[in-house]
Amino acid sequence: MAMLHTVNKSPFENRSLDSCLGRIKDGAAVLLFEDAVYGAMKGTAVAGKVQSAMEKSKVYVLGPDLRARGMSEDQVLDGINVVDYGGFVDLVTEHDNVQAWL
Amino acid sequence: MENEGDIKKFMYVNRKAPYGTIYALESLEVVLIGAAFDQDVSLAFLDDGVYQLTKGQDTKDIGMKNFSPIYKVLGDYDINKLYVEKESLEARGLTLDDLQEITYEDEDDDWEEKPSIRVVSADELRDLMDEQDVVLSF
Repeated sequence: MAMLHTVNKSPFENRSLDSCLGRIKDGAAVLLFEDAVYGAMKGTAVAGKVQSAMEKSKVYVLGPDLRARGMSEDQVLDGINVVDYGGFVDLVTEHDNVQAWL
Repeated sequence: MENEGDIKKFMYVNRKAPYGTIYALESLEVVLIGAAFDQDVSLAFLDDGVYQLTKGQDTKDIGMKNFSPIYKVLGDYDINKLYVEKESLEARGLTLDDLQEITYEDEDDDWEEKPSIRVVSADELRDLMDEQDVVLSF
């Protein structure tokens, strides 16, 4: 049973991303959107945690939210897939369940 | 202009990323309203607030107003002290190059165009905050 986890808060502002990454099963997917897209960027203080999570799960980031914030796709951590709204919907349908880490 | 004694030092402290919450836009609105009162105004950007100034923001796909161009005209309202905390940039993998170029024309120096953004350390920011008459937090 693969779960899709969504996170929408900045990892520098609260612990949602930490809470999520600490409780996901192998093979789960994590989608970062809204202010959580900052967690997908290279060179940040949280990049290491996200990279370790990527060893056992897939991480996605929502492109429109990246672009709104002036974050370039080139600066997204290698291995993170950028998806659009259609991709968000696909992720929801491809997984058995969705857990939102508000 | 009123006499010097009536001028107070106002600092607007911005600690939130844009778009995820309304704080950044609200701060900007209050800054623009406050600009009418001829006070000594500065803006501080720390924590996620540094994200407000990133260049290349394009909000067309999220259905929200891109208010980042407004920072570039603050100089026309005599708001030309934008302090950005170095430690906050570093924690987020950002440098000055990732931020918009924001300038003002210095009336005391033959209207020379000068940068409004000043990257300061946490220590320097502490001193700047300490010397304010009014601090408004967003």
